[in-house]
Amino acid sequence: MQDRITSITDTSAQWPSAGEVWRTLTLQAGYNTGIVVLAAALLGIAAGTIGAFALLRKRSMMADALAHCTLPGIALAFLMATWLGGQGRGLPVLLLGASVTGVLGVVVVQAIVRHTRLREDAAIGSVLSVFFGAGVVLLSVIQNLRTGGQGGLNHFIYGQTAAMQESDAWLMAAAAMAAAAVVALFFKEFRVVCFDDRFAASIGVRVWWMDLLMMSLVVVATVIGLQAVGLILIVAMLVIPAAAARFWTERLGPLVVLAGVIGGLSGYLGASASALLPRMPAGAVIVLTAGVLFLASLLLAPSRGVLAAGARHIRVRVRIASDHFLRAMYEHLETAGAAAGNGPAGAISLRAVAADRRWSRPGASLLTWWMERRGLIRRHDGTASLTPRGLDEAARVTRNHRLWEEFLVRYAHLAASHVDRSADLVEHALSRKIVDELEESLLAKGRMPGPGRPPRSVHPIGGPRS
Amino acid sequence: MSPGLHLFISLDLPAMLTGTLAMVACGLLGNFLVLRRMSLLGDAVSHAVLPGLVAGFLITGSRATLPMFLGAAAAGVITVVLIEAIRRLGRMEPGAAMAVVFSTLFALGVLLIQQAHAEGVDLDPDCVLNGQLEAVFWSPPPDWGGVLRAALTGGLPRELLTLAGTALVAGAFVAMFFKELRVVSFDPALATSLGIRAGAMHFALMVLVAAAVVASFEAVGSILVIAALVCPPATARLLTDRLGTQIWLSLGLSIAAGMIGYLLAITAPSWLGGASSLSAAGMITVVSGGLLGLAIIAAPQHGILAKRLRHARTAVTVAREDLLSTLYRLEESAGHHGLAAEKALLALGGGRTARKAVAQARSRAEVAHRGDLLVLTDRGRDRAQALVRAHRLWESFLVGELGLAADHVHPRAEMLKHITDPSMAARLKVGPASGKLDPHGRPIPE
Repeated sequence: MQDRITSITDTSAQWPSAGEVWRTLTLQAGYNTGIVVLAAALLGIAAGTIGAFALLRKRSMMADALAHCTLPGIALAFLMATWLGGQGRGLPVLLLGASVTGVLGVVVVQAIVRHTRLREDAAIGSVLSVFFGAGVVLLSVIQNLRTGGQGGLNHFIYGQTAAMQESDAWLMAAAAMAAAAVVALFFKEFRVVCFDDRFAASIGVRVWWMDLLMMSLVVVATVIGLQAVGLILIVAMLVIPAAAARFWTERLGPLVVLAGVIGGLSGYLGASASALLPRMPAGAVIVLTAGVLFLASLLLAPSRGVLAAGARHIRVRVRIASDHFLRAMYEHLETAGAAAGNGPAGAISLRAVAADRRWSRPGASLLTWWMERRGLIRRHDGTASLTPRGLDEAARVTRNHRLWEEFLVRYAHLAASHVDRSADLVEHALSRKIVDELEESLLAKGRMPGPGRPPRSVHPIGGPRS
Repeated sequence: MSPGLHLFISLDLPAMLTGTLAMVACGLLGNFLVLRRMSLLGDAVSHAVLPGLVAGFLITGSRATLPMFLGAAAAGVITVVLIEAIRRLGRMEPGAAMAVVFSTLFALGVLLIQQAHAEGVDLDPDCVLNGQLEAVFWSPPPDWGGVLRAALTGGLPRELLTLAGTALVAGAFVAMFFKELRVVSFDPALATSLGIRAGAMHFALMVLVAAAVVASFEAVGSILVIAALVCPPATARLLTDRLGTQIWLSLGLSIAAGMIGYLLAITAPSWLGGASSLSAAGMITVVSGGLLGLAIIAAPQHGILAKRLRHARTAVTVAREDLLSTLYRLEESAGHHGLAAEKALLALGGGRTARKAVAQARSRAEVAHRGDLLVLTDRGRDRAQALVRAHRLWESFLVGELGLAADHVHPRAEMLKHITDPSMAARLKVGPASGKLDPHGRPIPE
């Protein structure tokens, strides 16, 4: 053993062989390991499924409060069982006590919110800490008792997966089945309560009862999860899978299933990793696995994911910049061409366009590179000219812009000198249909040079824009 | 100095002061968390600083306070930033974002502790929750001069000094930026328009909360930290409507909870017959919760009892006024002077409210017993007249001005008469609808 640690990575763990990994993942690495992995996976499924509703009902932190509030119940149950002369460690007794104070905590939170001016956050924070503090005091009372057998109570705080037995796996299987059954039976009611509780009440759904049922499921998941991941981290098993699943779907059915799958996967992979690597507490590893899955969902999900949203954002910005560039070129060519007596053609200086728009040099060169790749312009040292396709596109963009300006001047009665910026903002979102309609109505008023060609600008063109 | 006193000064006093200072430092800042409905952020931060604490420790390899403090403070700030980022990027509600962030970071902390354990380093996860208040002690010489010298030359326990500094900084921050914090807490938009940088204020508050949480952490554990952030401010909030008063109250409540809680923890075992003491941090938490519970039930203005009492009083007043106007109407319809007492109770809906209403009317000399009958006294008749007048004026107003049907206005006028004072009645009388008779043809008494 070293006296001094040199770095955080210096843990010199022994890596398991591929065979060991395979045996653990296929539940063949010994009876106990198999039970633990299976139970963790079942717990993950149950908690994930239940957590989906807790998340949608905005009860995440309430679930956290519930979990913390179980500690005094565990201690009280132990004390009472000891006083009655029984063996205090009996798991069912402890879990019953945990459920009682857990539910009591939630009831107190709701009573505080209903009867006082304190908000839910303060109610949850105070109840959570005070109940847990009471639990800590009771544990210290138990430690003073010296009756023996009290050693294991602390394990409910952080969980102790290794202590799980076959009966625990059955318990989790039963809980997972029960959760699935209740969810299947009340799916319609849960859905309507989660998305619009007032509407639910108006169509005769008993919102209060449904909330109670959902909360009871959370109690079940919490209590059976106490042994595996402990009461501080059980909230993670409820919330993280559902929060991760939310990125992948907008529909409740798939969300619930996916939350169950992500929860089960976290339990399975986390418990396996904990079994394979030294000094990896199962509860923490399971939660971290769920956290990694959440992060992956946050980044990679197709429509709600951060990367997808970022890509969309960049695409839109590039298109807008490209539109502006095309119009700037068109207007330059227009003024130059009008002076020379012919239409828009020829090359113009990139620097002039960039200066008009106050673009940075690297930004402008990146943009023109992209536009050249799209076949809109051709670049030759310092100047650019429109390709035929680019010219069409530039004409279309300019037309949209000026039509919109016309509209703002004619119908919204804005001053001609004020419409350029607002048209800049709107023009990119105009659909072909709206543009055609605008053009028709302006044609009818004789304000257009002809169909398909840009109208004259309502304000003088050129000079830098602010 | 007696040996007992010396023992108290070396063992219990520093621990008690440390716990109390933790309550004070967190409680002062907690006022603004409670007001901004961000109490749970304190909860999240207090869990999530764990990996920072351990990492600071692992990286430097020493148990010195500064690296651990810096690591934990960094983790606290990262937590706040992460929660905000996930809330925005994932479009999640803040509670879910908090739960995701703090539980994952806490799990990371637990994992790091286990890894550190293998390196022969003992960080007990239980200490993280419960703290080591009992480990705070010093050993000054057993005379007053020695105690004073040791205290002045910095011989005090490290945790005590750290927390005293933190409490001072928190107090100074609240005192210096009271105006800004007030505006930001109640109306961030107004704050921005006044030129106060709400974002910067928020960030400063968060950094200080993280610092207070970390400073308190080692001594009292994360659970007491949450209670310290939420309970005293929430209690104070129930006792007053003014922010300044609230902060002073929360300060007093923090000190009270710290002292009472600690003393209970060391004295309670002797009642239970045990030898060692109970968890002091837990007991301080329970006491601060007890104070909150007391305020919830018994606060003068916002307590549940006060609300119930106000409600009951109003109900009795309404019933008494109903009794008076019923008796007046009976007199008016001739012949019926008075009403049998049982009948009167029945007419008022029976029960305690009705009995109290009759008793109140009697004690105010508005009704009197004549044989079995309750009759109006002169004084009661004056009051009843005013009530019936208000009732009939309202009926005229509702029919004449608002155009309601005459057969629909009685119940409304019945409610309105209880809240009509003479000046309102006079204005109702002025309207064009005012006549001598109400819509039902009964005279409006003058």
